[in-house]
Amino acid sequence: MELKRVVVTGLGALTPIGNTVDAYWAGLASGTSGAGPITLFDASKFKTRFACELKNFEPTDFLDKKEARKLDRYCQLAMIASDEAVKQAGLAEGNFNPDRVGVISGSGIGGLITFQQEVMNFAAGDGTPRFNPFFIPKMISDIAAGQISIRHGFRGPNYSVTSACASSTNAIGVAFDLIRAGKIDVAVTGGSEAVISEAGVGGFNAMKALSERNDSPETASRPYDKDRDGFVMGEGAGILVLEELEHAIKRGAKIICEIAGSGASGDAYHITAPHPEGLGAKNVMLAALADAGMNPEDIDYINTHGTSTPLGDGAEIKAIQDVFKDHAYKLNISSTKSMTGHCLGAAGAIELIACIKAIENDTVPPTINHFTDDPELDAQLNFTFNQAQKRTVNAALSNTFGFGGHNACVIAKKYKG
Amino acid sequence: MSDIATRVKKIIVDKLGVDEAEVTTEASFTNDLGADSLDTVELIMEFEKEFNISIPDEQAETITTVGQAVSYLEEHAK
Repeated sequence: MELKRVVVTGLGALTPIGNTVDAYWAGLASGTSGAGPITLFDASKFKTRFACELKNFEPTDFLDKKEARKLDRYCQLAMIASDEAVKQAGLAEGNFNPDRVGVISGSGIGGLITFQQEVMNFAAGDGTPRFNPFFIPKMISDIAAGQISIRHGFRGPNYSVTSACASSTNAIGVAFDLIRAGKIDVAVTGGSEAVISEAGVGGFNAMKALSERNDSPETASRPYDKDRDGFVMGEGAGILVLEELEHAIKRGAKIICEIAGSGASGDAYHITAPHPEGLGAKNVMLAALADAGMNPEDIDYINTHGTSTPLGDGAEIKAIQDVFKDHAYKLNISSTKSMTGHCLGAAGAIELIACIKAIENDTVPPTINHFTDDPELDAQLNFTFNQAQKRTVNAALSNTFGFGGHNACVIAKKYKG
Repeated sequence: MSDIATRVKKIIVDKLGVDEAEVTTEASFTNDLGADSLDTVELIMEFEKEFNISIPDEQAETITTVGQAVSYLEEHAK
């Protein structure tokens, strides 16, 4: 069976550095940090008291009050970003078959804020169960896919993918495969996450995964810096409309770029620590290159997982050097988590959008907050420190890894007919 | 309008996102005010909370209009 080609025709983003794709890209290109003191809850007794929250964001600016109340924040973000993406794609009645439009969403955790609130209410009572009837349908991590389909009437395959922080990248990989196989024409895919809450921050703090640089939130996310001390939690959503090439051409859609290939692998090593040699990361990049029918030399930019943790950053760079050999020195490498923080299950989609904008603008967004070289990392590599760099970006690769040893990778390239 | 009726109306406006004018005595939660089955359960829970009572399921099923809710609560509220 000949595989179909898949292109991107719509993008939507809600991120700590911009509430639309354009605002997000402006933030990336200018090296803006999205970090600041936590305002979503009282974090005064927490080890980490800062995060990358969305700014000037009111769900009711986009959703009606009654609707917003029945959605967990993670689902609100997915809905709002999908509106932007669907609008850009220009999907309108009559130019697509709704039975052949799938929605494959990703969330690492789902409605943790709702879950926490309901359990806290119960615990504060006398043991009488008074759970809200919307508790379960708000909280479940698949509901974003369901809600998006209801909003737009998309009746194709509909489910979510969960693989911790790799969720949205795996979701995009699944959507890509469904279109390539000819099972659907269009997919709304990507993911969202919103767990900046007592349980979310407290839970990640307990793992010692988060930066505790409370005196300087905006410089805390510093991937590849010698003094990095953990990731900065972010929240947000990234949504893409993927479409079969001929379908997009036929309805006159604007083609933003092409998805060339994707890969997925497991570390089979430890629940949270990366494989010390970056084995799973190496395998997933090789798998994505093979899937795309591309050579390492074809890649110009790698948007790394690079969360700013002491172990993870180094293992991924080792893997890149294993896969790309000498070409590793010609690549631009950057971690945009230095700006957005780590948006967990949404990170992959948000970062693939960064790759796509890099391709569109021939500009590589930077790794900000570089102060001191890490002697463990090869200083000859181009980490795109502190400032965006202009270069032709024909193809870009986005890596995403999740607790559980899930690795996922997507390659996007310029659409050249 | 009784104090209870005012409080009931406020809950309905808030939870169902409807106009105050639509919340008439005869209005049915599902047929007139756009509630689905989960909204109805939530309304009953909110009445229980507001009036500090427990409404048994078999009674809750008979409360389908604004007027029925007000009468039930006028009779049972503490």
